[in-house]
Amino acid sequence: MSSVLIHADYPVEAEDYTRGGEASADIKRKLKQLGVSANVLRRVSVASYEVEMNLVIHSDGGVLTLEVSPEAVWLISADRGPGIPDVEMAMREGWSTASETARSQGFGAGMGLPNMKRNADDFDITSKVGEGTTIRMGFRLA
Amino acid sequence: MTIKDMVDILHARVLCGEERLDTPVYTACCSDLMSDVLAFVNEKTVLITGLANPHVLRTADMLDLKCLVYVRSKVPNDEIIEQADEQGLAVIATRETAFTACGLLYSAGLRGVPIEWPESEEAT
Repeated sequence: MSSVLIHADYPVEAEDYTRGGEASADIKRKLKQLGVSANVLRRVSVASYEVEMNLVIHSDGGVLTLEVSPEAVWLISADRGPGIPDVEMAMREGWSTASETARSQGFGAGMGLPNMKRNADDFDITSKVGEGTTIRMGFRLA
Repeated sequence: MTIKDMVDILHARVLCGEERLDTPVYTACCSDLMSDVLAFVNEKTVLITGLANPHVLRTADMLDLKCLVYVRSKVPNDEIIEQADEQGLAVIATRETAFTACGLLYSAGLRGVPIEWPESEEAT
């Protein structure tokens, strides 16, 4: 087990569009201070902002976790529900179930999950209706 | 092209970042959908938008963008402009619509962000 340089948990509230994005801004700051390369920093930032806004837009609230080891950056999003009935469909570009409120804020293009997958080196999503969704994304540092 | 050139072409007002107008710009993206911007844009890109909320700034922060162009006279509030300034952005606003602003900038030589689509994602 490699040593953990950073472990930080960021609670994200449902429909909190005002604070949505603050966790990602802090994650970016922390990684920049660590001297993470521009390429990785950019990919983590995009994926982090997307997953954070997904918690705001679609979930009943959850936690975004940042873990950094010398080998990789991990982002883990775990929410309290409601779960995704059809994960395969949700992964398609352009597919969106976002509310009008989300759309008025500039979201709901149906690019969130595909964007995360494209930017991460490792991507895993598990979801159960009535329980919640967990997304794990890894970004190699070496 | 520089941000100053865009100000001239679009007859735009500078809302913040007067001292950053000599920054060169290489490509542009026009969208009100931040996920599209997050998917296709790099840091040397200008974002042309009509969306005047804090998420445009957060998107710009994530991507290290240098310039925002507001179209159809949409202007963000003072708080957003102050924060944009702190982030090191130049923000300019034009009365032109998104279509016309893009057309003027394209005619002057600015181009879109190159996108390489994997074959499986080609539109049919």
